[in-house]
Amino acid sequence: MELNILTVCYLIASVTFILGLKMLSNPATARKGNLIAAAGMTIAIFGTIFLYTDTEGHKLQNYAWIFGGIIIGSVVGTLAAKKVKMTAMPEMVSLFNGMGGACAALISAAEFYHIYKLHEGSGDTAFSAIVPVGYYITIVAGAIIGTVSYTGSIIAWGKLNGRVKDFSFKGQHIVNMIVLALVLVSAVIAYRSEVGNMFIPFMLIGLFAFVYGVLFVLPIGGADMPVVISLLNSFTGVAAACGGFLYDNKAMLTGGILVGAAGTLLTMLMCKAMNRSLTNVLIGSFGGAAKAGAAGAKQQGSYKEISLSDTAVVMSYANKVFIVPGYGLAVAQAQHACHELEKLLEEKGVTVKYAIHPVAGRMPGHMNVLLAEADVPYDKLLEMEQSNDEFSTTDVVLILGANDVVNPAAKSDPSSPIYGMPILDVELAKNVIVNKRSMKPGYAGIENDLFFRPKTSMLFGDAKKVLQDLIGEIKNL
Amino acid sequence: MDSVLNWITANQQIIYIVILMIFVGIEVIGRVPSVLHTPLMSGANAIHGVVIIGAIIVMGKAESDDYLALVLGFLAVILGTLNVVGGFVVTDRMLEMFKKKKK
Repeated sequence: MELNILTVCYLIASVTFILGLKMLSNPATARKGNLIAAAGMTIAIFGTIFLYTDTEGHKLQNYAWIFGGIIIGSVVGTLAAKKVKMTAMPEMVSLFNGMGGACAALISAAEFYHIYKLHEGSGDTAFSAIVPVGYYITIVAGAIIGTVSYTGSIIAWGKLNGRVKDFSFKGQHIVNMIVLALVLVSAVIAYRSEVGNMFIPFMLIGLFAFVYGVLFVLPIGGADMPVVISLLNSFTGVAAACGGFLYDNKAMLTGGILVGAAGTLLTMLMCKAMNRSLTNVLIGSFGGAAKAGAAGAKQQGSYKEISLSDTAVVMSYANKVFIVPGYGLAVAQAQHACHELEKLLEEKGVTVKYAIHPVAGRMPGHMNVLLAEADVPYDKLLEMEQSNDEFSTTDVVLILGANDVVNPAAKSDPSSPIYGMPILDVELAKNVIVNKRSMKPGYAGIENDLFFRPKTSMLFGDAKKVLQDLIGEIKNL
Repeated sequence: MDSVLNWITANQQIIYIVILMIFVGIEVIGRVPSVLHTPLMSGANAIHGVVIIGAIIVMGKAESDDYLALVLGFLAVILGTLNVVGGFVVTDRMLEMFKKKKK
């Protein structure tokens, strides 16, 4: 009876996962979708704790440990998720993803250890004689994928918050392949060893997978991290599904595979938004090649600066102003100041809109989330195509800390690493004012010709401070 | 050959689930606007936290005097919970902001 109820719990959970994902892909229902999936998850978790029985009918034990772990995890997880700044969201997602991967790897390790304990006495029997191949592959796949996902996510997290620098060396892809081969070789050796001496090969699987995860993400440029995180996200999904195989658990299986498939598609959609292929992101990394290109770039002309008061005048007397937000806005937490400027200009009769590039910021949708936080109305946020249609009738484009997404090299320079990426054609507007902290190149590490064009003026400084001063200036006009 | 066929027969339910879920996963998010990429990724991230069920089972099966197994399971439960709870809360925070603008 109890077991049957548990089956129903898992069924409900699986359906909520599917519904949740479905609703998450529509702005109107997204929040509800998330809550529904969370509710399904809660049912599955508590169902497991209280109703699960193994094949011999034993119930679970160690309730104190289970609840202890859940309480610690919940408190830390909630605090971390609530405290994190909007700008650091992408890192946080990566970190949580890493936790999931580590969890899957630990389950495999524990299961492995469990088998070892059962057969400890028969030390010289081959491991392959005890465990069927399919079962072994599931355990090992969970361990490998989980570990790679864990270390990869941690590196991605470090890269996004600047703790880990891009690093690549010649022949890195070959080294990566070798490490991956070592992982698989260790897995085969472990399976063929006797029960008594399989600990070392099993440890080696983990070690090599650990190294592989690091090497896999290290050379990939910071601007591509969202894609990598999404990919690792789907890895973790697959690792979770391995656990589902292991325990014949349908909720884990459906949840895991669902995320694995949806995550893979999402990864490809993200690549498409940048007009690049996944292979290009993973192998043709921004790293070395881009740097060489930047160094070889021709000496740029001169740029002109614009003062705050001039900016204030130009903007207040414009008919239509477009604001192009980028990572600089996120770093400076300038979204509220930005909204204030928008309101002020609207009061003066200026039409203000925002042009949102799909990959502005560190993650797709990053800017929408930030601006929504500052109560910027949804209909003011225009997607790239719509914005490009409107730029020719725009008087002033104010670029706030965006760089690569407005770089004309993406259209004109085939040698540029971002060549082919659709950009915002801000040059169609009458004036372009660029707010940046300095002339340093953007995340892709390449120069931006736009800054040296005659239409462009530079307004240096931290986005928030500049906006606040600008608001002051406009009020004083 | 026989062993492969046997394996497929023995696990056919699971294999069906896997195949169908792959298609469901792809269909379900097929037309997501790029605005929602980040929240969707975050939501999917929380859903694969379902791995915690495995962690609970490992933990619950561990002999109470087998400290290695207990510690492994305990860590797995903590990490899995972090993934689930953190994932859903972060997603909710992101989406909370989307809701306001609807008015």
